[in-house]
Amino acid sequence: MKFLSTTPAVFGLAFSALFTVSAPASATECIAPSNPGGGWDFTCRTIGRILTELDLVDGNVQVTNMPGGVGAVAYAMVVNERPADSDLIVATSTVGITQIAQGRYPAPIDAVRYLAMLGADVGVIAVDNDSPIDSLGELTEIMASDPTSLVTAGSSGAGGWDHLRLLMVAREGGLDDLGALRWVQFDGGTDAVTQMMGGQIDVVSTDLGEIAGFVESGDIRILAALSDDPIPAFPDIPTAISQGINVTGYNWRGLYTGPDVSDADYAAWVEDLETVYNSENWQTAAVESGLTPIWRGGAEFEKFVVEQAEIMEEISRDIGVIE
Amino acid sequence: METLSLLAQGFSVALTPLNIALLLIGCFSGTLIGAMPGLGPVNGVAILIPLTFAFGFDATSSLILLSAVYFGAMYGGRISSILLNIPGDEPAVMTTLDGYPMAQQGRAADALAISGVASFIGSTFAVIGLTLFAPMLARMAIYFGPADYFALYVLAFITIGGIAGVDPRKTLISALLGLMIATMGLDPISGIPRFTFENYHLYDGVDPIVALVGLFAISEILLLLETAARDRAKPIGIDSWLPDLRAIWATRWTVLRGSFVGFVAGVLPGAGASLGSVMAYSMEKQVSDKDGTFGKGDPRGVAAPEAGNNAASGGALIPMLSLGVPGSGTTAVMLAMLITLNVQPGPLLFERQPELVWGLVASLYLANFALLILNLPMIGLFSRLMMVPTWALLPIVAAVSFVGVFSISNSIFDLQLMVLFGVLGYLLRKLDVSLVPLVLGLLLGGDMERNLRRAISISNGDWGVLVASPISVTLYVMTALFLALSVWLALRDHKRVKRRELLD
Repeated sequence: MKFLSTTPAVFGLAFSALFTVSAPASATECIAPSNPGGGWDFTCRTIGRILTELDLVDGNVQVTNMPGGVGAVAYAMVVNERPADSDLIVATSTVGITQIAQGRYPAPIDAVRYLAMLGADVGVIAVDNDSPIDSLGELTEIMASDPTSLVTAGSSGAGGWDHLRLLMVAREGGLDDLGALRWVQFDGGTDAVTQMMGGQIDVVSTDLGEIAGFVESGDIRILAALSDDPIPAFPDIPTAISQGINVTGYNWRGLYTGPDVSDADYAAWVEDLETVYNSENWQTAAVESGLTPIWRGGAEFEKFVVEQAEIMEEISRDIGVIE
Repeated sequence: METLSLLAQGFSVALTPLNIALLLIGCFSGTLIGAMPGLGPVNGVAILIPLTFAFGFDATSSLILLSAVYFGAMYGGRISSILLNIPGDEPAVMTTLDGYPMAQQGRAADALAISGVASFIGSTFAVIGLTLFAPMLARMAIYFGPADYFALYVLAFITIGGIAGVDPRKTLISALLGLMIATMGLDPISGIPRFTFENYHLYDGVDPIVALVGLFAISEILLLLETAARDRAKPIGIDSWLPDLRAIWATRWTVLRGSFVGFVAGVLPGAGASLGSVMAYSMEKQVSDKDGTFGKGDPRGVAAPEAGNNAASGGALIPMLSLGVPGSGTTAVMLAMLITLNVQPGPLLFERQPELVWGLVASLYLANFALLILNLPMIGLFSRLMMVPTWALLPIVAAVSFVGVFSISNSIFDLQLMVLFGVLGYLLRKLDVSLVPLVLGLLLGGDMERNLRRAISISNGDWGVLVASPISVTLYVMTALFLALSVWLALRDHKRVKRRELLD
């Protein structure tokens, strides 16, 4: 196996060196723990670009794609190999925290230092335009009194973030047996919405960004936005809070760094990221890609992440996704 | 005409300098890949995918390049069939039956010209079909529920079993291997890791691209290494490249029939170009072989399968783009590439990324003309290039594979996995097990499972949901008919062989 494991590596490194030689050398690196094109990749590329544009770093920020285990591969690498590297930042989001809360990362939630979140996709609860359900109150009433009559769906599996935030709404609305609500996984929010328009399912819980087109075209109705305040792009959509259901469900985009990064370097990163957040560049880029700019940084953000993980763990236990 | 204005937009995408250059490169290398014995369209496309990642082309340009290679290989496959009696790729097997006898009789130029024109008409027919039917199917696809998709996947798997000339047991083993590999990774419904051996690199399952490049490109290197020492067959020379127009005109009905049959075979998910050429040839033989000239150098026996396999390759793009279910092995590989580039083929693709869909369609019209020129006046060039020495080919394939796969994920683990799949592919090919069912299993297995489980969870555990919609019932009826047809064909061939044995 020695031959198999080293030869391709040497080849691969040699050739990749040929291809990357044109990129200027730089010290700052952002790891996107996914293939190019996903949300984490966007976080690294956009924030990396703005860090350079605002002269907060020397040269360009190198973006490295390190897919594997829904972020677990990158998490393990940072914890084990580069815990004190203050030039390294890694993209994460609610999706990553869900995995950690359910014990699917090789290290616990407090194994790294969470820097900040700079924006979020807002979770929404949607029904087909022809649906008899008119408000979130009606929906929670049906969920509480006859949970098996509804088919709900979203872009994550059972116990994934789309599922968990719907359950948070259901629990707040009076449903005790969370496992009774049927959940169907689809590969994306648009897939779930298409199936809802085809009459296969009743309710979709997912990020607004991906399905905004269907709201504009009038194919679906949003019963509630799971945000603190109404979404700027859709001010008419009521929040869950305004309808008496005290639940928010952001899919935030943020960054973490290694556990042994010094307090001074950590504070410097938080400050730089806040500068990025306040810049025109970020505010425009975030809105263009369907995100709502939201800031939580430093100690406040670390506390927020840990609390969120606790809620996720509790609900996951309730529905039997973890023991 | 909404379609026409969309197509006009498509041409504006296709006519950018980069896309034209990629189109020409694709057509040229595709024809060459098709012409070289052994290297088929699946291998060609699998080898070039890593290159598109390494250069960072966007999804539209990548797809234009790969489709041009795909179409080119379909044209090129006939060259070595006719001149060497070795099919350049699997679908060109039928072309050897009458093509090589024609060449032996000194009519190589005619055979190449007739088959070249047949290829052109076949693919143009298919591209027109693609223009008309793909948007229609995409609009219909909204009515496809999980149970209907499941039925579609069942049809796809059954039709691969129907490809003639392959031992059905080996096809089954290959498809099952693919399905097994597809179950690796986090279970999408419950999030529980399956067959990951506590390795986080396997949590996302096996990346189809890594597996495909290994299975096709790396195994190709191993096979080439093995055959390098042997002598290459010498091709029959071409006397002139001026085609006999009357001979071409004489095959016009054959070509149209072949195009139609091939197109239908291509649209069926899973079946692909091999089936298209086999069906086109057998049907033409039934219809017009009155004097027993088929198999002895009949021009119609060259025209039919070439029209058929080219029409099938265009047809195979229809379910790939509009439903996300590939119509052939090669389109399956392209599907994997699109998913890696974060483009999800399916009904919404036509609304969300019309520039990709229509840019591709427009490029295919252009590719056909480019290929006609490459394959008629420039045919002599290819018959010489076909003899590229192996020592020159091997390092290119190896370099492209390793660089490309590494540039997707920067993962050494993926390179090791690729080599592992290369060895697997080599062993399977030595055992005459077709890799296409494995690829379809690997690519479709996950979706097939997810849709089955979605259907069952929507119905709250009632299995009757699988046959509850008219779409799924129609698809199952088609599956049953197809199964009956292939069993009938197999039995008939079996009887014929027996009869011939008795006569001898």
